[in-house]
Amino acid sequence: MAGSIPASGTSDGGLWADARRRLIGNRAAVAAGVVVLLLVVAALVGPMLSPYAIDHVDWTLSPLASPPSLDNGHWFGTDSNGRDLFVRVWSGTQVSLLVALLATAVSVVIGVAWGATAGYLGGRADGWMMRAVDVLYALPYMFFVIILTVVFGRSLWLIFLAIGAVGWLTMARIVRGQALALRQREFVAAAVALGLPAHRIIARHIVPNVLGPVIVYATLTVPQVILFESFLSFLGLGVQEPLTSLGRLVAEGALEMETAPWQLLAPSAVLAALLLALNFLGDGLRDALDPRQG
Amino acid sequence: MSARLLEVRGLTVRFPLRRAGLLATRHWLTAVDGVDLEVAAGQSVGIVGESGCGKSTLARAILALLRPAAGSVAWRGTLVRPGDAPALRRMRREAQVVFQDPVGSLDPRMTVGESVAEALVALAGPQPRAARDSRVAATLQEVGLDPALAARYPHELSGGQCQRAAIARAIVARPALLVCDEAVSALDVSVQAQIVNLLSELRERHGLALLFISHNLAVVRHLCDEVVVLYLGRVVERASREALFAAPRHPYTRALLEAVPEPDPEAWSGDRAAGFVQGEAAPLPDPAAAAGCAYAARCRFADQRCRSEVPVLESEGDGHLIACHHWRALPPPCGFPGPAGRPASENNGLPPAVTGR
Amino acid sequence: MGGPLLEIRNLDVAFATPRGTVRAVREVSLELRRGECLALVGESGSGKSQLFLGSFGLLAASGFARGTVRFDGRELLGPDPAPLREVLGTRVAMVAQDPMNALTPHLTIARQLSEVVLERGVLDAEAAKKRSLEVLRSVRMPDPEARLRQYPHELSGGQRQRAAIAMALMTQPDLLVADEPTTALDVTVQAQVLEVLREARDRGLALVLITHDLGVVAGIADRVAVMYGGRIVESAPVRELFAGPAHPYTAALLASVPRLDAALTRRLAGIEGQPPRPGVEAPGCAFAPRCPATTEQCRVAQPGLRAAGERRVACHTPLVRLGEPS
Repeated sequence: MAGSIPASGTSDGGLWADARRRLIGNRAAVAAGVVVLLLVVAALVGPMLSPYAIDHVDWTLSPLASPPSLDNGHWFGTDSNGRDLFVRVWSGTQVSLLVALLATAVSVVIGVAWGATAGYLGGRADGWMMRAVDVLYALPYMFFVIILTVVFGRSLWLIFLAIGAVGWLTMARIVRGQALALRQREFVAAAVALGLPAHRIIARHIVPNVLGPVIVYATLTVPQVILFESFLSFLGLGVQEPLTSLGRLVAEGALEMETAPWQLLAPSAVLAALLLALNFLGDGLRDALDPRQG
Repeated sequence: MSARLLEVRGLTVRFPLRRAGLLATRHWLTAVDGVDLEVAAGQSVGIVGESGCGKSTLARAILALLRPAAGSVAWRGTLVRPGDAPALRRMRREAQVVFQDPVGSLDPRMTVGESVAEALVALAGPQPRAARDSRVAATLQEVGLDPALAARYPHELSGGQCQRAAIARAIVARPALLVCDEAVSALDVSVQAQIVNLLSELRERHGLALLFISHNLAVVRHLCDEVVVLYLGRVVERASREALFAAPRHPYTRALLEAVPEPDPEAWSGDRAAGFVQGEAAPLPDPAAAAGCAYAARCRFADQRCRSEVPVLESEGDGHLIACHHWRALPPPCGFPGPAGRPASENNGLPPAVTGR
Repeated sequence: MGGPLLEIRNLDVAFATPRGTVRAVREVSLELRRGECLALVGESGSGKSQLFLGSFGLLAASGFARGTVRFDGRELLGPDPAPLREVLGTRVAMVAQDPMNALTPHLTIARQLSEVVLERGVLDAEAAKKRSLEVLRSVRMPDPEARLRQYPHELSGGQRQRAAIAMALMTQPDLLVADEPTTALDVTVQAQVLEVLREARDRGLALVLITHDLGVVAGIADRVAVMYGGRIVESAPVRELFAGPAHPYTAALLASVPRLDAALTRRLAGIEGQPPRPGVEAPGCAFAPRCPATTEQCRVAQPGLRAAGERRVACHTPLVRLGEPS
């Protein structure tokens, strides 16, 4: 039959499989991924390993703030109130990760929907939608978060909503740029010629083709959110007691830096490792998802 | 008389030219200027022209991918307006398109099978899975692809295979008209011939009408019963295949035919017509473009009347239309009668080349 | 008049990819005399572009070329990089396929033309400007003075191609390699650009034209080499090739081009199947799967080169009897 070739072997899996292969070949990214995974596991499992509860004050210690030691079970030491740091660091990591993931999820969902629609529609709709983004961008972000915290109190949900509500703006811009470029491609014209309605084209053809940059940006957003949450905590606006986060721990530890350096060391080390690993992973994902065919 | 599928009247498409200032007057570029066109059921119409002639823009306007500034498109006698969803749906079910870039016209994140299935469902409504899969497989086979290729992605296939897949997507819902926008231009020569043959076969088998847009005159001559020549957005000549290639009347058509290099070294000895084809098609923004014949700037025979008065399409008889003030006064045309050789009259009846070679 | 201007012997060009080594050009030998125009014909994947990129050290980082390439007697691919450096850009010039890629968008034409000669210290600024105008006139650029001040995007497609050719001609090279110079152009503009190349050839320039358009080949080439699957399958003087192709692929290619002066047939005589992807290694002749004249021998053994006079063909079952395989 003219033009046909026998179905030898199977498909190479498409662009996602291609990306997966490239990612696995990138040793730094794989190592980073392993580190992230280990930290997540440690965050989940850590608190269960220690006999101490997160807010249990160990009165047997004198002074209350004691350095790390293996015999009294406080492997990371205790803070100024006598609470075990090992448990607190890993619980804090849980909270930081949770906030980061949820906030990023909010950003991605809203940002992709907004940006893809604006980019695909183009013209005036795009103009209005992106002007709205520009206006929101101009709002003083910190101010906004502080007001929200003051009005609604310092709840976990509020924090990640506030962060997510601003994070989507950059995501929308990135996605809109990609969508604008995609609009010119012939397969989009073909979809229009089929009579597919706009929302179907956006969902089936635009969004899957922008996921590359979205994934990369989302991975790089997570460390940004963790840092921002830490910053809020540093200002005293972060999560409330007895919950803690890496940021709070770092803030508290910084105050005791000269007398009890271990209080700063543990959470900073975990925070730094997490941020570094996530950034490496994000870079690796960007290289892997770069749509350059072999 | 067979059914009129597509009827285009006075179609005009304009693009705004961006100007530096916010308050500067809007300038428009008329890409398609008052084009009339008909395609009957089973007929094959070719649209030829060079870059800037508006042929792709015309195709997109006909398919309602672009909004025209003026004119009308009617499908089976019913007017199709860009906002009119039911009429558009009816037309789209029966008129599909194949684009120039074979790999780019398929979504890179969907397998070939998924692309074809999407078209089937969009045009013919939801189907039970088994029926859908078997129809997709049958269509792939019909265009010469092994149905097992349905699981592959576009980047894994060659250009020819992708174009076959694009054709499969276009015909899966059994349209009455296939619009081909430079569908073979990006393919290797040997693959081009395969796809051209495929299109001929599909025409014969399904009575498919064809609107074939191309800059390749030889391919158009092979595939199309009727040919329309566009220059800078206007129809300059329209004729049946036999009439156009054997007796072209418009100076541009003649220049075009003369400029096509034939794969025959013997045909190149002696005078070459390259000298009399001067300059390039440069679209002018309105209102400069509106005055006079679009080809006047490059035409050997242009005079004051040509530059100030827009020529209308005049009939020579038998549906052969020419838009030129002086076509009657030109020396009788000699075209390409057959393997016997080049036209008897030098340079196709036009003045000798300026270079004096 | 010494030996040939360009001599390529047993050139191999390959690329290192994650999936292994891909050989784009295999054991290619060819010659080019001064003032001669050679057309290199092939479809995608035939290796025609890589052949010359490899000969002049212009491959991508993952590519390497092996073999002998002699320009005016001097070896270009040897351990000494000096001959290649001296020759490339001065005596040998290349024009890429898409003129937009050859021209830098943010420099004026004048800058780009003179850069070529100023860089090498060949001419001073005054003389460079004079030469630029001369060269633009020789490529029939309309209104050359105005063009010098313009940027590439202000020029039309045909003018850009002319500017790219002019850039190549600035150093008065002995050899010009043009890769698909007219593919992106309208047919009327193509005719004009071909005229420019022909005039340059008549003035003594040796020309290599890489193309898939047989019509263009017929109009300008003195000799033609046909490539398939990384090898040269046939080479001959142009009239002999068109009058009587020896290799079945050449014949099939000629037959699949629709011609304006041919009688209309129901089907175009195409070639079944598709061109082989680079790197796919077949034990026998690469064209065997698609060849109408294929035999068992074709599938298992690489055909040797048969020669007669100026003609060469690599085929077990050539359509024209030439000598015995060497």
